[in-house]
Amino acid sequence: MKIAIASGKGGTGKTTVSVNLASYLSENNNVVLVDLDVEEPNSALFIKGNLIHEEDKFKMIPDWKQPECTLCGICQKVCNFHAVIQLGTMILVFPELCHSCYACSELCPTNALPMITKKMGELKEYKSNNLAFVNSHLLIGEEQAVPLIHQTIKYVDLKFNDTFIKIYDSPPGTSCPVIEASKDADFVFLVTEPTPFGLHDLKLAVDTMKELNKAFGVIINRNGIGNDDVENYCKKEKIPVIAKIPNNRKIAELYSGGNLIYNEISEVKEELIKIENFIKLNIFSNLT
Amino acid sequence: MRIAFTTKGTDWDTKIDPRFGRTEYFFVYDEQSKNIEHIDNTDSANDAHGAGPKTAQKLFDLKADVLITGNGPGGNAATVLEKAGTEIYIGAGEMTVKEAYEAYKTNKLKKI
Repeated sequence: MKIAIASGKGGTGKTTVSVNLASYLSENNNVVLVDLDVEEPNSALFIKGNLIHEEDKFKMIPDWKQPECTLCGICQKVCNFHAVIQLGTMILVFPELCHSCYACSELCPTNALPMITKKMGELKEYKSNNLAFVNSHLLIGEEQAVPLIHQTIKYVDLKFNDTFIKIYDSPPGTSCPVIEASKDADFVFLVTEPTPFGLHDLKLAVDTMKELNKAFGVIINRNGIGNDDVENYCKKEKIPVIAKIPNNRKIAELYSGGNLIYNEISEVKEELIKIENFIKLNIFSNLT
Repeated sequence: MRIAFTTKGTDWDTKIDPRFGRTEYFFVYDEQSKNIEHIDNTDSANDAHGAGPKTAQKLFDLKADVLITGNGPGGNAATVLEKAGTEIYIGAGEMTVKEAYEAYKTNKLKKI
């Protein structure tokens, strides 16, 4: 079972929900938590485990072989991302812009742009009690999060079988990285806050999930601030509100110290139990 | 010298476009022939990525010796312009083309 924790707006509590839910569920289930916010992963601040594996992750980029090149210009014409530029008698490659589509390399009539590997990030796997935790981070200067997210999901799929509940802590927003992180998920929890900003970006996230044909529900975090507009919107759109995590200073204090919350604050644990029950009733039963 | 300005329009009184990669136009003044050319770059708005190097390549094709702009090119575009040997002057973002040309002639623009 694959569950993505996403949001339109940043800072709504994706990581708070992910790390607490994963830890809680791991008390009685096989769980792997995967931090797919590879541009700024932060689940590791809350999960203190033992490092059991690490590996470098690579993407493929074209490498210009000047002697073979006839300067025909096909490479720059086929590149949708302007990662290959012909400048007089020179071909310039911008690795950070390259989406590894191979078009320039495959269509080069003289094979002057063979693909080579370039390190883009690192993957680490930890074990914390019963919880497995996989964390990837993109190297500074790299612009493409999608290939690393894709490879991280692939690693998790190969390493952890279907008896595991896989929880993907996704990047914020509604662009390519979020879509990559949620497109294989059986269910997506959208974390929001009950404010005008929260509602605005929730609507964008809902549109994205509908476009992807995803089953999804909403978790309201910092419940008690703002207004009822998020709940009214969910009611009107028939989107299930699965849990409401209260706004509480103690939660912020625990979070800022890098601590898990649910064992300290019973209201949070109650909300996690609601999520667990929802998963068992609605997601797990649909899969079997 | 062929001097290229990033601009929001096509005449001497038009404002400089402070952006490089997504500049709306290039206004090119050839000091020798006194000829003026303008090149539409508004299609760069459709590029999600890589507007900088693509625009830099356009500038290379215009055979400009000097670029006068506002904020200056980003890293990728700067790499292209460096290889092309283009001289870059910045800080003209609030000026008209005419004012920017005068500022360039009197060494009031910053060279990078």
